[in-house]
Amino acid sequence: MLLALLGLHAVLAAAAPAVSRRLGRGVFAVCAVAPAATVAYALARAPAAFDGAPASETVAWAGRLGLDLQLRLDAFAVLMVLLVSGIGVLIFAYCAWYFGPRPDLGRFAATLLAFAGSMLGVVLADNVLVLYVFWELTTVTSYLLIGFDHEKGSARAAALQGLLVTAAGGLVMLAGLVVLGEAAGTYTLSAMLADPPAGGAATAGALLALGGAFTKSAQVPFHFWLAGAMAAPTPVSAYLHSATMVKAGVYLVARLAPAFALLGGWRELVVGVGVATMLLGGWRALRQHDLKLLLAYGTVSQLGFMMILLGAGVPEATRAGAVLLLAHGAFKAALFMVVGIVDHQAGTRDLRRLSGLGRRMPATFWVAVVAAASMAGLPPLFGFVAKEAAFEAYLHGGIGPIGPIALGGMALGSVLTFAYSARFVWGAFADKPDVARAGHDGAGAHAPPAAFLAPAALLAVVTVAIGVLPSFAAGLVNAAAAALDPAVEPGTLALWHGFNLALWLSALVIVAGVALFARRREVEHLQARLPSMVDAAQAYHGLVKGLNRGADRVTGLVQNGSLPVYLGTILLTVVALPLPALLSGGLPTPDGVIAESLLQLAVIGGVAVAAIGTVLARRRFAAVLFLGGVGYGVAILFVVQGAPDLALTQLLVETLSLVVFVLVLRHLPENFEVHHWRLGQAFRRAVAGLVGVFVFVFVLAAGQARTSPPVSEAYLAQALPEAGGRNVVNVILVDFRGFDTLGEITVLAVAALGIAGLVRARRRERGDEEPA
Amino acid sequence: MNLGLAALVGILFSVGTYLLLQRTLTRIVIGIALLGHAANLLLLVAGGRAGRPPLITNEPGPAFVDPLPQALALTAIVIAFGAIALLLTLAWRSFVLHGEDEVEDDLEDRRIGRLADGARE
Repeated sequence: MLLALLGLHAVLAAAAPAVSRRLGRGVFAVCAVAPAATVAYALARAPAAFDGAPASETVAWAGRLGLDLQLRLDAFAVLMVLLVSGIGVLIFAYCAWYFGPRPDLGRFAATLLAFAGSMLGVVLADNVLVLYVFWELTTVTSYLLIGFDHEKGSARAAALQGLLVTAAGGLVMLAGLVVLGEAAGTYTLSAMLADPPAGGAATAGALLALGGAFTKSAQVPFHFWLAGAMAAPTPVSAYLHSATMVKAGVYLVARLAPAFALLGGWRELVVGVGVATMLLGGWRALRQHDLKLLLAYGTVSQLGFMMILLGAGVPEATRAGAVLLLAHGAFKAALFMVVGIVDHQAGTRDLRRLSGLGRRMPATFWVAVVAAASMAGLPPLFGFVAKEAAFEAYLHGGIGPIGPIALGGMALGSVLTFAYSARFVWGAFADKPDVARAGHDGAGAHAPPAAFLAPAALLAVVTVAIGVLPSFAAGLVNAAAAALDPAVEPGTLALWHGFNLALWLSALVIVAGVALFARRREVEHLQARLPSMVDAAQAYHGLVKGLNRGADRVTGLVQNGSLPVYLGTILLTVVALPLPALLSGGLPTPDGVIAESLLQLAVIGGVAVAAIGTVLARRRFAAVLFLGGVGYGVAILFVVQGAPDLALTQLLVETLSLVVFVLVLRHLPENFEVHHWRLGQAFRRAVAGLVGVFVFVFVLAAGQARTSPPVSEAYLAQALPEAGGRNVVNVILVDFRGFDTLGEITVLAVAALGIAGLVRARRRERGDEEPA
Repeated sequence: MNLGLAALVGILFSVGTYLLLQRTLTRIVIGIALLGHAANLLLLVAGGRAGRPPLITNEPGPAFVDPLPQALALTAIVIAFGAIALLLTLAWRSFVLHGEDEVEDDLEDRRIGRLADGARE
C-alpha cells in the first residue's frame, strides 16, 4: 500500500499536464487526491504504528548491493506523513486560488506533486540507499519548482544555487550512508538504528551524513540557498519551508541522533551549528523588508531550533523536537499562505509599501496574528507548548556543557523570533502613517475570497486547538518520539505547568522580544552598519565562478586542439603507468643471444637504418622507399625466425602497400612541408625515445614472463589428426581460430568499402561539374 | 631471447612514434606502418628463439617454433594493410579538398581554451 501511494503520486504527476488541459485549475483538486489518500492511510495505520507494529513493505531490487525497496511506516513516519501530505493537501487547495489561469499550470502541478511524492519517499524509506534516491529526487524537483518562472534569470540562478548546495551535501551524505551501511553490515535503516555500529568508521559515516542534513536544512553556513529559494511561487515556498525539503535534513538528523549522538563530536557539532543557525536566521530576519524573505530567515532560525532539539539525542529534547516539528509546520505554512494572499491582493509584499491591510482584510489579519503568535511562542498556542517543552528538556541539565549553550541559544533565539514575528504582523497589516502618506495605503487591496484563506485559516484553527488542548497531539508526539528513541518516556503535553523555571524563561523572552521589536529602527540601523560577518552567499558565488574559470582552464589545457599533443599524452600515459609496474620486480636481466646469426644481425642493422631513413627523408617517395626497405627486411627476419608463411605474406603485402603509396603519392607534392619546430620537436623526440625504451624493457620482461606451457603445444599435436593439415599456422588461421580470420576479413571489407566510398565521392563531384 | 631483435623492436617503435606525432598525414601513415612492423616482430620475439618452421613432416627434427604468434602476426599484417590503405585514401582526399595533407589544430578547441582568459566575463 505504501508503494501504491508513492505510485499514485507518480501516476497523477505524469497525468497532470493532460488533466490541466481539460480542467484548468481543477488539476490541483485531482492532484490533491494523492496526498489526501496518503493522509487517510496514515491515519488508518496510526494505531498499529503507535503500538509498535509499523506497516512495512519490501520489494527486492538489487539485494546483493544491500539495495532493496524497503518502506516502513512507524510512528515518527506517521507524524512526518501527516505533515508532508496533510499540508500538501492544503497547499494544493491554496494553489487553485493563488494562480490565475495560465498555460503552464499542468507543469507546475505535476512538479509539485512529484516533489510531494519524493518527500513522502524520504520519510517512508527504510533503506538508506532508497532514502538517498528519494532525497535527491526532492533536490531535483525542488530545483524545477524554485526555477518555475524560468524566464527570470534570478529564478534560474536561485534554483541552480539550491541544487548545487543540496546536491553537493547529498553526495557527502551518500558517502556517509555507505560507510555507515558497511560498518553496520546492513543498509536497512531500522536495523542499523536498532543495533548501531560504533568505532571510527561509524563516527566518520555519521558526521558525513550530517553534511547532507545541514545543506538540506539550510544550516549555517549553507543557509543562503533557502533565502534565494523564495524566487519560487509562494505556494512552493509555503510547502518547502513548512513540511518538506528543509524538514528532510531535520528528519534525517532526528532518525540518526539517538543512535549516533554520543559518537565523537556529533552532539557538539549539531547543537553548535543549530545555535549558530537559530541566532543568525533570527538576526537577519529583523532587517528584511520583503515579508517573504523575512519568513525565509525565520525558517532558517527555526530549523536551527529543531536541530538543537532533535539532533542532540537527548530523549526529552527529542520529544520537544517532535512537538516543534508539528507546530512549525502548521504556523509556517499558514504564514507563507498569508504572504501569498497579501501579495496577491495588494500587489506587493514589501512592508515599506503596505499599510492599513489589517482593517481591509481582518480575517487574514487574525489568521496571521494566530500563526505569528504561535511562532513567537505566545500562550495559548501550539508554538508555546513546543517552546515550553524545549526549555524543559534543557533545563534539567545532565548533558554536559553543551546543555547551557543550547539553552542560552534557544532563549536568545526565541527573543529574536518574538521580535521578527511581531515585525511580520506589524509590517504586513499595521497602519503606518508614513507609508500611507507616501500613497501606499493599500486602498486597492480587498479581502481575499473565503476559499483562498481557508487553508491558512484551518492551520490557524489547528494551532489554537492543539494549543488549548495539547493532549490531542500527545499520543502522536509520544509515539513518534518513542519510535525515534525508545528511551523517551511518554509524557503529557500541557499548556500550564505551574510557575516553573520554563515559564519564567518564556516570560523573560517575551519581555525582551517586545523591547527588541520596540527598538526595531535602531536594530535595522545597527545591522546596516555592521559588516555582514558570515557572507556565505558570496563565498558560494566565488566558488562557482572559480569552478567555471578552472574548468575553462583545464579544458583549454587538455583539449587544445592539437593532434600531436593528444597522441603524446596518450603515449606518455602508456609509458608512465605500466613502466613502474614492469620495473617494480627489478630490471629484467637480459639473457640470450645478440642475434641468431651474422646474417640476422646484418638484416637487423639494415632495417634499423632504413627506419631512421624514413624520418630523415625530405621527399615523400624517398620516405616510402625506406619504408619498403623496412618491410622487406622484416620479411627476411621472419624467414630467419622460422616463419615462412609470415615472410610470404609480408612480401606480398609490402609490395601491395608500395603500390598504394605510389598511387596516392603521385598526387601529392614531392617534398614534405618544412616546419621550423621549436618546443614541439623536443617533445616529440622525448616521447618517441621513452616509448622505444619502454617497449624494449617490455620485450625483455615478456620473454621471461611465461608461467605455463604455451597453448600452441595442443595446436601442434592436434593439427594433423584433427584438422588434417601439416602447416600448423594455416590450420590455426582457418580452423582452430577461424573466427579471428572472419574478423580480419570483415575489417578488410570495411576498409575496402571506406576506400571505395572516398574514391567514388571524387568521381561524383567530377560528374556534377559536367553539364547534364 | 634475441636481444638484437628486441632492440630493433624498440627502435621501430621509437621511430614510428616520432612519425606518428608529426602533422603531415603521409608521415603519420608511414609511422603507423612502422608501428605495425614493430608489433609483428614483438609478437615473434616474445614467442621465443628461432627454430624449425611449424610444418609437420614425418621426419624427426628439432623443436618447432611457437606457431601461435605467427598466426596472430599474420592476421595483424593483413589488417595493418587495410588500415594503411584507408589512411592513405584519407590523406589523398584531404589533399584533394584542402590542397595539403596537414593535420591542422581544431579551431573550436582553441576557442574553448581562450575562454579561460576572461572571454566569459
